[in-house]
Amino acid sequence: MLVQLSTAADVAAAADGESGHQTLTITLFALFVALTLGITIWASRHNRTAADFYAGGRSFTGMQNGFAIGGDYMSAASFLGIAGLIALYGYDGFLYSIGFLVAWLVALLLVAELMRNTGKFTMADVLSFRMRQRPVRTAASISTVVVSIFYLLAQMVGAGELVSLLLGISSQTAKNIVIAGVGLLMIVYVVFGGMKGTTWVQIIKAVMLMTGAAIMTFWVLAKFGFNPSALLGAAADASGKGEAFLEPGLRYGVEGADATKTLLSKLDFISLAMALVLGTAGLPHILIRFYTVPSSKAARKSVLWAITLIGIFYLMTLALGFGAAALVGHEAITKQSAAGNSAAPQLAEALGGIGTGLGAVMLAVIAAVAFATILAVVAGLTLASSSSLAHDLYTNVIRRGRVTTDKQEVRVGRIAAVCIGAVSIALAIPAQSLNVAFLVAIAFAIAASANLPVILYSLFWKRFNTRGATWGIYGGLISALVLLIFSPNVSGGAVSQTTGKAASLFTDPSIDFHWFPLNNPGLVSIPLGFLFAFIGTVTSKEFNKAKWAEMEVRSLTGAHAEKAVSH
Amino acid sequence: MAEPPTTAQDTAADTVNWEAIQDSPDFARLRHALRSFVFPTTVAFLVWYFSYVLCAAFARDFMDTKVFGNINVGLLFGLLQFVTTFVIALVYARRMNSRFDPQADRLRDEIEGVA
Repeated sequence: MLVQLSTAADVAAAADGESGHQTLTITLFALFVALTLGITIWASRHNRTAADFYAGGRSFTGMQNGFAIGGDYMSAASFLGIAGLIALYGYDGFLYSIGFLVAWLVALLLVAELMRNTGKFTMADVLSFRMRQRPVRTAASISTVVVSIFYLLAQMVGAGELVSLLLGISSQTAKNIVIAGVGLLMIVYVVFGGMKGTTWVQIIKAVMLMTGAAIMTFWVLAKFGFNPSALLGAAADASGKGEAFLEPGLRYGVEGADATKTLLSKLDFISLAMALVLGTAGLPHILIRFYTVPSSKAARKSVLWAITLIGIFYLMTLALGFGAAALVGHEAITKQSAAGNSAAPQLAEALGGIGTGLGAVMLAVIAAVAFATILAVVAGLTLASSSSLAHDLYTNVIRRGRVTTDKQEVRVGRIAAVCIGAVSIALAIPAQSLNVAFLVAIAFAIAASANLPVILYSLFWKRFNTRGATWGIYGGLISALVLLIFSPNVSGGAVSQTTGKAASLFTDPSIDFHWFPLNNPGLVSIPLGFLFAFIGTVTSKEFNKAKWAEMEVRSLTGAHAEKAVSH
Repeated sequence: MAEPPTTAQDTAADTVNWEAIQDSPDFARLRHALRSFVFPTTVAFLVWYFSYVLCAAFARDFMDTKVFGNINVGLLFGLLQFVTTFVIALVYARRMNSRFDPQADRLRDEIEGVA
């Protein structure tokens, strides 16, 4: 989720001296694509109804869905990004994974089961349950598409970066072709496979990713006699930062001579931590996964599986990151990618033995796993946004809920998937100059600011109403976006002494219109999301007692919840 | 075949007197069974998580304290977040299975008219 921008120089560095593993990487990746396309074709024959297309017929088991959630959540960016952050910054990379994991308790305790019991296909089903349909669905659909597009861009730009790094492609045209290729594949998965095909792609990817990470973790630990302390010591020594490598503060909350800057850096870290822990339960592509199982109990089981898998995975990235720091070394990692994105594949090569056949095989396998990972995640995101466009915007807003046939709703969903795919390709190509961490920060901050407050209020707060929902969504969405635009992410970032460029979207230091001092808006925009929703609610007299009774009883008991489709 | 049964379900749902059920003592017990666990637990794990985050930001000396070998308080505190996440998830699941589900299922069957 946090692959970072690497420069053209990294790519050029990657271009030479690597060809042995490339054929193998491409072959393995082609095998994965062939297998998943086969599954997609199989799934397309079973996509008869809207429930099939949008919710996989609600017939996945809790365990299957748990793997698919893991597949959706453990993006290439969190595999390569967190391992890379740990490899370069040591302890501070670990902070990310903790936020991402604890976030699942919010989803488990407060959201998953109640959503499964009340909704049908989208997040808006729950939000609009007891409200006026059109304004709430429109707002929810806008925030779903905005969150998903930012997340999609992050993954697709990351895909372009990865391919350049791992296959040594340096030309811009080739990178554009890779991005377009990823976009086309994700359209095919979603248009033909629907939720059923996408879920299987994610399950297979999760198994591949967990297996690859487990082999490497075991190997790293074996090299250090299964003594974690020895691994940490070797990593600290090789990092050139000594003890500090194992302590917080190398990347986040950096302490400097300037007391104000130090405090701002610490607040920025707290703001990030807040968005990480509260963002997950507001991510639309995660929320719609709860509809793919037959009951709320299965939804609970799937989150338990997801927590287990994701928790183990993040523990493994700890070994991978520190292993890369110890065995690959700081210099070799930054030479390949300034942000450390290639640390995990480099570690694979180092474990097998650099320059040996085994090393090349390991590198190829891990590189192929990383590609597979990106494809699965983008497919999930495309599905989330197209289902919201079709089910919320088309069926319930434009057609005003006049019964559309299943066939129509699925057809609109497919058209929407093609549109979302085309828009993402069109946006991702110019977005390649953007920092991927910045794109992910927007997605998490908006999800936590615009979606989570209204989800919680609509499930638990009796008084909540239409105005509260729309003010909450638009208020959270706009505050997060405005704070980002006027943050150092966009202009006035720290100026590099070597290049003279600002670490912002506008690299020219003379362009500086920022007034919000933090890179992460969550600290302000999340409370604002809750506040807007609250004020909207109390200033409106609307209260639908009957629908509130129906919603609360249904959400807790599961009465008249959508049933699994049986063919 | 999804749309026709969905419509049928919706029609069936329209005939239920939801407000009466919501006001019933059985439902109040069910709501209490859920909220009395998830609300305090959410507050607890968020406080626990943010105390970790705040320590990482402001209590560096404490986090840097060596416990054994190269393992320091910061790493153990972080790993404990993993442990508590796993434990809370398990406790929640067991509690729901034993105390919540039987009540919820009984009410659901009553509402859906299953004998």
